[in-house]
Amino acid sequence: MHEYSIVSALVDKVEAQARAHPGAIVRVVHVAIGELAGVEIELLVTAFDTFKPKTVCAAAAIAVESRPARWRCPKCKTVIARGEKLRCEPCASPARLESGDEIMLQRIELEMEDDDV
Amino acid sequence: MCESCGCGDPDLVPVDVHDNILAGNDLQAQHNREHFVEAGVLAINLMGSPGAGKTAILEATARHQRGLRLAALAGDLATDRDAARLEKAGIPSRAITTGNACHLDAKMVHHALHELPINGLDILFVENVGNLVCPAVYDLGQAANVVALAVTEGEDKPLKYPTMFRKADLVLLTKIDLLPHLELDVEAIRDALSRAMPEPRLILVSAKTGEGVDQWLAWLAERRARITRPPVGHDHGHGHHHHHDHT
Repeated sequence: MHEYSIVSALVDKVEAQARAHPGAIVRVVHVAIGELAGVEIELLVTAFDTFKPKTVCAAAAIAVESRPARWRCPKCKTVIARGEKLRCEPCASPARLESGDEIMLQRIELEMEDDDV
Repeated sequence: MCESCGCGDPDLVPVDVHDNILAGNDLQAQHNREHFVEAGVLAINLMGSPGAGKTAILEATARHQRGLRLAALAGDLATDRDAARLEKAGIPSRAITTGNACHLDAKMVHHALHELPINGLDILFVENVGNLVCPAVYDLGQAANVVALAVTEGEDKPLKYPTMFRKADLVLLTKIDLLPHLELDVEAIRDALSRAMPEPRLILVSAKTGEGVDQWLAWLAERRARITRPPVGHDHGHGHHHHHDHT
């Protein structure tokens, strides 16, 4: 299960962002996970909640946006439907994955100290 | 407080990031790739389930090849047994013991490269930890991904593990000497691969009988031919004199 190592990298990234806002509390961490990223969202959430104490994310919730896989022909742009062969026969071209393999930190939401707002 | 719908809590300040969480690994992988290109070595990330026959294929490669200088890094949770087997087969090898990690990452490979000189090699095999999920997520700097799939694993693995097969440049269907004992439909595997791999490539091999190993060697030769070697006189044969983190 590599979700823990992903969470570890995620927390490092959040920490780097939070450093620019001293005193702010990280409340929400938004991530986007592609269907073909090889990441189990449930495991990721569990790993986040297990790993977050004593980190910058201790008071944060994780919000995961799941992105479906989308394959297209790079030539005629036809979408290849789920479960179909990953090839455009008319163009004799292998399909290309347009989205669905992302493991992204999208944004964080910070609660600022009162005198900071 | 709204925590998940994305509409935004008025008391919270959003900070946009839009960054790949594994960017650190990808950067290290790119660094490894530069080492491989400078050394003119073909780096192969060999993945597959535990027991798919990854080590056996490399042993057979050593037995059947002529004149290639090979080396291997073998990732294993707890032992160095695979590396020991490869050494015995004549492939200089180093074990990467990952402890609990289910995959190799670019940093582990980089550390191991310090102990295994790659200059003068033709092919470096990185035998990943036996696992059909996690290793596919981590770029190591390899030129190609090869997935070993044993005939005993059934026809539907490519559909069940699409991330692994999507990233494969080649699938080796291993242990084909067992085919007479199984009700396996090789055409069904080809069909499943065509729905998981945009450019499916399958070679049937038996490490035991040697069947198909010549095709595997031909594929390796084809991939080696694609390596662009650095121009003559490029002074970078010394290994590690450029800047990077050696922690």
